[in-house]
Amino acid sequence: MTEPLLRVENLKTQFFTETGTVRAVDGISFEVNEGEIVGLVGESGAGKSVASMSLMRLIDSPGEIVGGEITYNGETIFGLEEGPDGELREREDMLSPERMRREIRGNEIAVIFQDPMESLNPVFTVGGQLREFIELNRDLEGAAAKEEAIEMLREVGIPDPEERYEEYPHQFSGGMRQRVLIAMALACEPNLIIADEPTTALDVTVEGQILDLVDDLQEKYGTSFIWVTHDLGVVAEICDRVNVMYLGEIVEQAPVDELFYETSHPYTNALLNSMPRPDRTVDELEPIEGMMPEAINPPSGCRFHPRCPDAKEVCTRVHPDPKVVDTVDGDPHRSACLKRDAFDVGYDESPPIDAEPDVVAAAGSGAGGEDDE
Amino acid sequence: MSIESQSEVGDGSGGGTENQYGWRYTISKVLEDTTARWGLYVVCVVLFISAYTAIDSNLSVITFGRVSDFTFAEALPLLEDPERIPPPGETDGNQPPVFHADGSITHPLGTDPDGRDYLSRIVYGAQVSVSVGIFSTLIGLLGGTIIGAVAGYYGGIVDDILMRSVEIVYAIPPLVLIIVFTVLISGGSPDIQFAIVGVGIAFIPVFARIIRSEVLSVREMDYIEAARASGVKDYNIILRHIIPNSFAPVMVYATLQIGVTILIVAGLSFLGYGAQPPTPDWGEMLRVSHGHMLSNIWLSIWPGLAILITIMGFNLLGDGIQDALDPQIDD
Repeated sequence: MTEPLLRVENLKTQFFTETGTVRAVDGISFEVNEGEIVGLVGESGAGKSVASMSLMRLIDSPGEIVGGEITYNGETIFGLEEGPDGELREREDMLSPERMRREIRGNEIAVIFQDPMESLNPVFTVGGQLREFIELNRDLEGAAAKEEAIEMLREVGIPDPEERYEEYPHQFSGGMRQRVLIAMALACEPNLIIADEPTTALDVTVEGQILDLVDDLQEKYGTSFIWVTHDLGVVAEICDRVNVMYLGEIVEQAPVDELFYETSHPYTNALLNSMPRPDRTVDELEPIEGMMPEAINPPSGCRFHPRCPDAKEVCTRVHPDPKVVDTVDGDPHRSACLKRDAFDVGYDESPPIDAEPDVVAAAGSGAGGEDDE
Repeated sequence: MSIESQSEVGDGSGGGTENQYGWRYTISKVLEDTTARWGLYVVCVVLFISAYTAIDSNLSVITFGRVSDFTFAEALPLLEDPERIPPPGETDGNQPPVFHADGSITHPLGTDPDGRDYLSRIVYGAQVSVSVGIFSTLIGLLGGTIIGAVAGYYGGIVDDILMRSVEIVYAIPPLVLIIVFTVLISGGSPDIQFAIVGVGIAFIPVFARIIRSEVLSVREMDYIEAARASGVKDYNIILRHIIPNSFAPVMVYATLQIGVTILIVAGLSFLGYGAQPPTPDWGEMLRVSHGHMLSNIWLSIWPGLAILITIMGFNLLGDGIQDALDPQIDD
């Protein structure tokens, strides 16, 4: 098997706040191959955005990447080693901040942000910003850059690109702005685009158009995508492989069809049950019980156990790391649920949890003492 | 007919939604406001006079040598060289203005104790006041913007160091600070340009605080994150994305600040730390005149009026711009 475009191993990003250390991303591993759209799915607060920003090393204080390794195309974006004094230090082959800025950001990895209303600078024309971006990352100047900018606007389906080039962001609709952002991301022909919930702020018809556009462009340019979203419908639409995140961890990792038809983790299952599906008719959708706990003090054992319908006593003790439960066309299907045979920790023999789920959540997180319910 | 009505419809909708921004819109808003319009008139007159006298005095210095040769101002029968002290016997000192029984039309506002034409001195004084107002404000604006933007963007220790030192400056009474700055910069021989710089520096903290508070909200915007994610250098982010988006409040403050700096520098000149004789400066003229208050009250009234009108003009205009730029206020 060839080396993947991006390999993330055991990435840990933490925020050191006054109330404690928030383990926003706690040891995730995944790969992105060339020309592939990889989904990163989870509820709000699961650490999806932090994970994707970590890939660009754009984590602001008080946040910090504290562990793991990110390799992009043979270059080390982040890596630690043990120094002579036993302390962890940054590896020497890690890209310097300057090279990170100049070579990786924009050129190799581009980002499309969630809110198209806020992702363009309101005081400059759309064309001006696109041109600046092209001049910054490619060897084009002046008129050539402008031509390329107009060409990109046309490429993403903006009508009259010559005229709209001179307009300001507030004169564009949300969908059009998102197209501009996609044009901006594609303008430098990066190998990888991180799309951070790019269609969440759009209405459904526009979302459909944007997804079609991305599909077309992806085919044309062969760009890889990391698609961050909470919408499994979008995932089904465009992703090749999916990583489901819960509380800073990847709980399930599978090719997209496998994930939907051979769902292995109860959390993924719960997510699927909580949304309407054309292939199923139900009277009422099932929301996932409770709230996601704080990442400051995650529950012991399996982090999902306070909300898991299948949780047993062993789940409160044993923390599962994702293990391969199946292999489809050479792609592994990993799952972090003790129910799977791969774990063999006595799930079947373990007694069920008989206490109220809320009480368990409180005891597990150790921070829910003031809960009125 | 149909074309006409179509274009009307187009104009109507365009006027309502499309043209609510841009400098044209701002200017038309300012002109709609009667007081702001008067402010603009006053400012235009003062600007015109100072530009005229500046060209005039510089041209005459450059091309003809100072005093004796032809100048534009001398082409106007009412104006004389404002700095030349007439030899004894040529002109009487302390002449009253023209409407007074002893006044004469050759010196409409009378003469100062040295016999110089007071109207000429008032007119030339506009130049000093305008350059004071503009340059002091610019110094404060530039310094404050840079410090505030850098502090707000980087946050943390950079923010602490910059803003704490700015606040120390802020804690000292401004006039004391300005006098100290002016004396320090001038090395003991005060003059108007040192006063300008001193006042400018003294107002850096105000501008820095305003812009920092704006930057704190602007830096959280997605387009800043997007710029960082596309590999834009920090100083480009600050210059092109942070500052333009946090600039509106300081712009408004700066237009109001022009009047304040004119007043303060006039005060400095009055105290002897600003313009020095024989420069025709309104504050300096007040200083000279206050020894002659009882014998010739007009010597104090004219420069006082000039200062009053100029500052009022700048303030009215500033208020008008503030209202025009504020989307909340709409009549």
